[in-house]
Amino acid sequence: MSTSASLSGLARRLADIVGPEHVITERTERRTYESDALANHAVIPGLVVLPATAEQVQAVVRACHGTRTPFVVRGAGTGLSAGALPIEDGVLITLTRMRSVVDVDLPNRRVVVEPGVTNLEVTGAVSAEGLMYAPDPSSQVVCAIGGNVAENSGGAHCLKYGFTTHHVTALEVVLPDGATVHLGGDGISPDPPGYDLLGAFVGSEGTLGVATRVTVKVVPKPEAVTTLQAAFATIDASGEAVSRIIGAGVVPAAVEMMDPLAMEAAEAAVHVEYPPGAGAVLLVELDGAREEVEHLSERVEAVCRDRGAFDIRLARDEAERALFWKGRKSAFAAMGRIARDYYVQDGVVPRTALPEALQRIAELAAEHRLRVANVFHAGDGNLHPLVLFDASVPGEPERATDLARDILAACLALGGSITGEHGVGKDKMKDMAKMFGPDDLATMQLVKCAFDPGRLANPDKVFPTPRLCGEAPGPYRQHPLERAGVAERM
Amino acid sequence: MPATTTSPIAAVRDVLGAGGARDATPADAVLGVQPAVVAEPASMAEASALLAMCSARGLTVVPRGGGTKLAWGAPPERAHVIVSTARMDAVLDHAAGDLVAVVQAGCPFDRLQERLAGARQMLALDPPSREGATVGGVTAAAASGPRRLRYGTPRDLLIGITVVLSDGTVARAGGRVVKNVAGYDLGKLFAGSFGTLGLIAELTFRLHPSPEASHTVEVEVATPEAAYAAVRLAVSRPLDPATVELRWGGGPSVSGTLRAGFEGTEPGVRAQTDRVMSLLGHPTGQGIGPPDVRPDLEDEPVTLPAGATRVKVAHPPAALASAVRAAWDAAGEGRPPALSCHAASGVMFVDLAPSTADRAGAAVRAVRSFAERVGGSAVVLDAPVEVKAAVDPWGPPGDAIGLMRRVKERFDPTRTMSPGRFVGGI
Repeated sequence: MSTSASLSGLARRLADIVGPEHVITERTERRTYESDALANHAVIPGLVVLPATAEQVQAVVRACHGTRTPFVVRGAGTGLSAGALPIEDGVLITLTRMRSVVDVDLPNRRVVVEPGVTNLEVTGAVSAEGLMYAPDPSSQVVCAIGGNVAENSGGAHCLKYGFTTHHVTALEVVLPDGATVHLGGDGISPDPPGYDLLGAFVGSEGTLGVATRVTVKVVPKPEAVTTLQAAFATIDASGEAVSRIIGAGVVPAAVEMMDPLAMEAAEAAVHVEYPPGAGAVLLVELDGAREEVEHLSERVEAVCRDRGAFDIRLARDEAERALFWKGRKSAFAAMGRIARDYYVQDGVVPRTALPEALQRIAELAAEHRLRVANVFHAGDGNLHPLVLFDASVPGEPERATDLARDILAACLALGGSITGEHGVGKDKMKDMAKMFGPDDLATMQLVKCAFDPGRLANPDKVFPTPRLCGEAPGPYRQHPLERAGVAERM
Repeated sequence: MPATTTSPIAAVRDVLGAGGARDATPADAVLGVQPAVVAEPASMAEASALLAMCSARGLTVVPRGGGTKLAWGAPPERAHVIVSTARMDAVLDHAAGDLVAVVQAGCPFDRLQERLAGARQMLALDPPSREGATVGGVTAAAASGPRRLRYGTPRDLLIGITVVLSDGTVARAGGRVVKNVAGYDLGKLFAGSFGTLGLIAELTFRLHPSPEASHTVEVEVATPEAAYAAVRLAVSRPLDPATVELRWGGGPSVSGTLRAGFEGTEPGVRAQTDRVMSLLGHPTGQGIGPPDVRPDLEDEPVTLPAGATRVKVAHPPAALASAVRAAWDAAGEGRPPALSCHAASGVMFVDLAPSTADRAGAAVRAVRSFAERVGGSAVVLDAPVEVKAAVDPWGPPGDAIGLMRRVKERFDPTRTMSPGRFVGGI
């Protein structure tokens, strides 16, 4: 089956722009794009188009705008919130062909890339010069920078280095009406005059336009890195250790925590040899200048010991460091060894509320009669509870979904957020109304109305109740009270 | 609803009570524009009611914190009501264990820092004109200082915000956790918006531990090229300075002073200092004097003489030397400008000696022409009103100006908030 009649005219226009081989109309081929990495949401896109240049993107968006056809932009499709979920009667613009590193400016420490370049390729472009691109989402080998911009991606090391928004310095953006604008000035000179539209765009989940060129900062690789793994009898003790580490004035590059179930899964996959009886394992990484790192490392070790850590290992070499991280990073995938199915949640609590949050998660898991493995970014309170279930058991998928929702509610009750790094997308739209009030959401959507009054860019994502933008207001309107003679302009 | 004939101050008092408003004096003028009333809402609810009343009656509003940066930007087209945040000045929460602080916009910057210092923490901003400045004002003006090299500017540390729009809507974005990607980041939009989108009412910041030790290494540099060579050495891997500042008071006939500041633990800072001393002691370039070290962080504000004009030039960091020379050229035959640069960040403040508006305007245009050539900008901060009349303080806004106007129109369709203060007449 081919594309619907209503889109076939547009398909021909798009084929003129990008070449017929880069427009996908056959249903079976379109179906490849029905989901991003969150597979429980699926919609087959009406059309898929793969432009190769910014000019082609602009022409494609103009064609969509001209026909009032909504579009969704997709990078590598690694998103975990169904942010790139297609639209049945819309266009999916896939940017995986835009993979050039456009410019490397070493004196100013900037790299300019097209949006389909992977996160790791940015570091690859400057690695020989001792530089790196700091944000490191766990999918960094495959995820695209354009997607990182849309999601404001973080990573294990964002505790110290910040998120995508702290590292992207300029964007070339095709707006939903097809106009191209430059946000962030030249991306090299700081503080361009005007509103920080760059800051508003990063993390807007594809709802404000298409980034066609991305300028990022690169930073020196740290001279020294130490990675320490410490086992604790209880989650509470390890949580207390994290608070003490931060309280001691240390800003580690990363602080990760795993609970026994996560360790069990990781152990089965990569044999890290976690100490028996550990109720929690902490991974603390420090990086920077050698003397600073050595000094702080001693301090972290002392805090862990003081908090009852019974097995402290300092990675002796790069191989051991890699092994520690492999255990942590393989934990998600390793869940397959201890459960048929799992659902990854992404919630945030204030760091000091971690023990309470984990206690609450355990209670909720018991209520819903499911197991939850916890492996997360403890330094910034970003939880990734893995809800384990068996989809073949009637009722379990529903209970898993309910449990995941209840966990988010618990995060909010503790003063946190419904998402630390995976985004809202389609998956958490309803949860937005639990975190923000109607006025908050309506005000955020004023930004959407300024960028995309026709609601063509990734519509029906992020916001549970779309705001109708109405007429673009003019620079001056007579106020109704003024018109009625009740008030006057002074 | 007050009758048409009600005076602005009576209208404001109807909302805030007698104690919430006073007649404005000449000292309340904003770049020569005289307001009628100074209003001091004491709560979010009062601020909301006040702005709703002002926009309904066509009264324009200029928000004010400490007023220390009110002379930045362009004069407002009109300013009926100054909305002062003086009575919204509380630290609402300092969650030391979470390294987070929640403050009302009118909280004095120094008072917040004192409070945080008790827990050996800080808001890692060091804006100019700190005395009397408020946290809200610093954020609205996107003011930053030497430490931006390590910690960034207000937009980078702001994790939550509550604003009041001109129609009275109270809206919140972000949260009180550092890691949070739910919803649009309105904090970044409002940081640096100069009171043109709404009133910033509450702010939540990520904090940092106060450094245990700090050292500054200082060298004389004979030429701008030597200065740039020294900057390159100071930021070369693995050095990680928190500040790299260049001061150049007297033009090409004298030398400049470059200072690199290091923060951290005592052993770490000492080791970094030793390394930079040895690097700068054997310079690859010419014209770098013997380095000296002092056990604190250089943070001496450069005061601007009355009648002088301060221009903030943003340029690629690698264009430091040509930026310094362009500033000298722009000042022409007269007294050389005093330069202070966040030298590794690409920010140069050019203090032009007092002169006629024509000459100051010409100098601004000359330095702006350089900045545009290298991809940056030149914005007039403090200057006599006549200078701001002679030259657009903001300069050309780039191709996103249409989008910026649409943002303004959506947030403030009545143009109640600081009309004309911002880029492109926004």
